[in-house]
Amino acid sequence: MFSFVKKSFVITELEIRKVLHDPTEIIMRAVQPALWILIFGKVFERMHPLSNSVNYVDFMTPGILAQSVLFISIFYGIAIIWERDLGLTHKILATPTPRVALVLGKAISAGFRSLPIVLIIYLIAVLLKVNINWNIFNIIGVLIMVVLGSIFFSTFSLIIACIVKTRERFMGIGQVLTMPLFFASNAIYPIEIMPQWLKAISLLNPLTYVINALRSLMIINSPATSLLSDFSIVICASAALVLIGGNLYRRVII
Amino acid sequence: METLLETKKLARSFGSFKAVDELDLKIESGEIFGLLGPNGAGKSTLIKMLTTLLPPTSGDAFIDGLSITSQPNKVRRIIGYVPQMLSADSALTGYENLLLFAKLYDIPKNEAKKRVEESISFMELEPFAHKLVRTYSGGMIRRLEIAQSMLHQPKILFLDEPTIGLDPIGVKVVWEHILELKRKYNTTILLTTHIMEEADKLCNRVALLSRGKLVAIGSPDKLKNSIPKNGATLEDVFIYYTSESLANESSFREVRRERNTEKRFG
Repeated sequence: MFSFVKKSFVITELEIRKVLHDPTEIIMRAVQPALWILIFGKVFERMHPLSNSVNYVDFMTPGILAQSVLFISIFYGIAIIWERDLGLTHKILATPTPRVALVLGKAISAGFRSLPIVLIIYLIAVLLKVNINWNIFNIIGVLIMVVLGSIFFSTFSLIIACIVKTRERFMGIGQVLTMPLFFASNAIYPIEIMPQWLKAISLLNPLTYVINALRSLMIINSPATSLLSDFSIVICASAALVLIGGNLYRRVII
Repeated sequence: METLLETKKLARSFGSFKAVDELDLKIESGEIFGLLGPNGAGKSTLIKMLTTLLPPTSGDAFIDGLSITSQPNKVRRIIGYVPQMLSADSALTGYENLLLFAKLYDIPKNEAKKRVEESISFMELEPFAHKLVRTYSGGMIRRLEIAQSMLHQPKILFLDEPTIGLDPIGVKVVWEHILELKRKYNTTILLTTHIMEEADKLCNRVALLSRGKLVAIGSPDKLKNSIPKNGATLEDVFIYYTSESLANESSFREVRRERNTEKRFG
């Protein structure tokens, strides 16, 4: 068990060191969420879309954080296919590293790669005077949920990569999945106003639980939610995917 | 000499295509063994099975007595593998590539540092150790990769086309280092190649593979004498034994992959 955890972190270290050598990618990622909040959020706010007293920008800021996590992580599989084409995967699979540790290590690194976005979203939120809850435990909770969400969606992406195996097919499927996952969640509108069928789908969407938790941790006066069940659902779903991914990973090279 | 690697009716099919067809092969400890054959002959499939990346359809192989089908994790601890494609991480430095692999092989910290430094100097990469691999030449990347797969002192090293796409200087330096590995550490090496000169120069024994089957095996000199031609080269041997399949379908996928590898080294 100890060796398993250690191996996972070696893989994480490997990925993090790569980012540190070239952080451009991470910085560029800040652009999209900034546009969503500054333009989409500010314009929609004028329509007063929420019936209760919650300010719309307050409402959507955690949603856009979760959206960034989703958009960053869902294309993680492209790196898996890229590494396969380079031969890195062959080499690492020939080492005595447990497959599940490989997948978990990569997923955790995807989590760390999402963390800078938290900083950027908080900065934008401060600029727009969002009612942020500055309690240190809440902020730690936000960071943990962002890592968990990244683990879930990056592993989901890895599984797709192991099944479709080529970059072209992967890009197609990635595009098809991203927007439905985003729209079938409460990122930019509350579940209560959804039509019944969409409500049902959004309750099966792990992104909804990521957003629930982020919203109640990040924003003062946000609607109450059960953090315990949000975290449990995301943790269990992630663990299940990591196990499946661990068993599929070697198929990417066949 | 003792047998280090033995395959027993090892076979792998893809659909109805038999990539490796009930192969029996023995490799002695301490030899450099060359695997030759046209594209699609089954060389890469064989190496993938021996490195536990691909499960065989039937049969088994034993490396130092360990079965690749029932004890793959133990096998992984005693083999080193350098894939045909460029497999060092170009976004990391040479030193980091080595250090992280040492960690994956559970080499204790102090020992890991020592071995990493030793392998850097063995491969003559000192001036570049802390530079990103993407700045390396093809020959340097290959040497780094071989160093990476030697850190845990494996009993056998698999080199899949070690000099593909390298310039003549790169080829020469990689050859020298492969021979030096054998001289210094008595490493058993199994390599595949399309370059007959390489096989002739490096290998104690070579095997010719065609359509997943062994068609000839022996020392380069023995094979040259085995065909009815005076002063035959290894190239003549290759053509003599495999010409019937040369005209046939060579795997498009394999050719494409090799071209890609060459392009990237270029």
